[in-house]
Amino acid sequence: MPMIDIRGVTKRYGSSVVVDDLSFTAEGGQVTGFLGPNGAGKTTTMRMIVGLAAPDRGSISVHGRRYADLPVPLTEVGALLDAGAVHGGRTAYQHLWALAASNGLPRRRVDAVLARTGLAAVAGKRAGGFSLGMRQRLGIAAALLGEPRILIFDEPVNGLDPEGIRWARELMRSLAAEGRAVLVSSHLMSEMAQTADHLVVVGRGRLVADTSVSELMRAAGGGTVLVRASDPGTLTRRLAEAGATVREGVESSLLVSGLTAADVGQLAARHGVVLSELTPQRASLEDAFMELTRDSVEYQGVVA
Amino acid sequence: MSHAIRSEWIKLRSLRSTWYTLGCLFFVGLGITALSSNRSSDAYAQAGADWDPTRHSLTAYIVAQLILGVLGILIVTSEFATGLMRTTLTATPRRHRVLAAKVLVAAAVAVVAGQVLMFAAFLIGQPLLGRQGVPNAALGDPGVLRAVCAGGLYLALIALLAVGLGVLVRATAGALATLVGIVFLMPALAGLFPSWMRGLFDFWPTLGGSAALATVPDPDFPHPWWNLAGLCAGVLGVLAAAFAVLRQRDV
Repeated sequence: MPMIDIRGVTKRYGSSVVVDDLSFTAEGGQVTGFLGPNGAGKTTTMRMIVGLAAPDRGSISVHGRRYADLPVPLTEVGALLDAGAVHGGRTAYQHLWALAASNGLPRRRVDAVLARTGLAAVAGKRAGGFSLGMRQRLGIAAALLGEPRILIFDEPVNGLDPEGIRWARELMRSLAAEGRAVLVSSHLMSEMAQTADHLVVVGRGRLVADTSVSELMRAAGGGTVLVRASDPGTLTRRLAEAGATVREGVESSLLVSGLTAADVGQLAARHGVVLSELTPQRASLEDAFMELTRDSVEYQGVVA
Repeated sequence: MSHAIRSEWIKLRSLRSTWYTLGCLFFVGLGITALSSNRSSDAYAQAGADWDPTRHSLTAYIVAQLILGVLGILIVTSEFATGLMRTTLTATPRRHRVLAAKVLVAAAVAVVAGQVLMFAAFLIGQPLLGRQGVPNAALGDPGVLRAVCAGGLYLALIALLAVGLGVLVRATAGALATLVGIVFLMPALAGLFPSWMRGLFDFWPTLGGSAALATVPDPDFPHPWWNLAGLCAGVLGVLAAAFAVLRQRDV
């Protein structure tokens, strides 16, 4: 049974459809990356998982149950949805203690999560004075309070410094290694490439891809081949005849797609064209992501 | 449910604003008592046979209801303003428990603080009246203890009304403006309303609802406890609406 099971969920706010017939699952022992551009419906989906917003259609279950039916929710699902969701007048300790008390968790859990998130030294400080990075850690600490088997993080590395980003990445990997299901949203593909096992890509509220990282790379077209030749004109003509697409690259190079590097080399040899460079280009995950979500970016900037 | 109450209690007492508000309640409340006692000879001359020394000492309830109202509002709106409500409702998805716990904690704090304030105002106010040479009362006099207790009860009801308004309005400023409208503006404008609405004022806060704070019968409100019971029903109605709205709304 999947830990998180989302089936045909639709959510409207007024006339705009924020989440449109979305279905996916998150499994235990995996980090599931939840990717999409800003405004794709990631946060709304996460809020629906924990019952803060009600879907207009479809169903969401955690451990096969409705979230609201969980007897002690913090021990089953831990969520960091908004790092700012803390009263600035309370100390980190008081914030976590009130939260732990609401689920009947012992106070030693508060000390444990403060230690795990590196906040023990500032436990007695008011959260209002925390940097964004410290608030993120406090939010992660709150999610870990009940040692839940499901963890949901909305943009957890936002505001963290490089050291903090690495810490968060390793924390998520270790949580998944402990058998927990970790659902992490991000709009940065490069971040997810280093953390996630599985990717769920959304755009404008719809599912764009539900795949593994390696599969996504392959599907993105296996990349292009960069060629420099003594006679680019002839080569371009021959490549086009062979069915490849050729674009002009920088410094009189050619970018060939549709053929492998080996194919291009053979073709050049057959027609007596001298090559000075033949380099397969790896499509970056970022490119693959942009390609996937190009049609579903809500706020597109105009390149001047 | 006991977990939710414990959590709300930790939340309330861990905020400095709670203690500032309570400090303000006693400073302003007892300050008003002292000031009004020192100018009591004029009031006595005006009232004549209707002079009610108990009610005169309890005048502080007028400002005290606003301060306890602020406390009740903040218990709810501070969570909406900071986004903490999302964390709270994620931890306790049975939302009625969260609100019920807030109502109980607010009621307990307001009953204790309001009642202590009313007793203190009476016990400080009466000797001051005596020093002005104006007739004064003792706790044992007929109707006095009842009136002082009604003051504490009245203040607790206003705090609960404020909790309800906090849930319905969600913003601190909006909820406070609504509360001020209810306890100050409506009574001031009471004369403008059509006669069929006047029945409503029998249990309106600061009007009929507070009639039980007097020891001298008011001809307008011959049965002050019924007026207080009416106020109670009104507050319950607002809280019922708050429960229904919190249950339905996306947070």
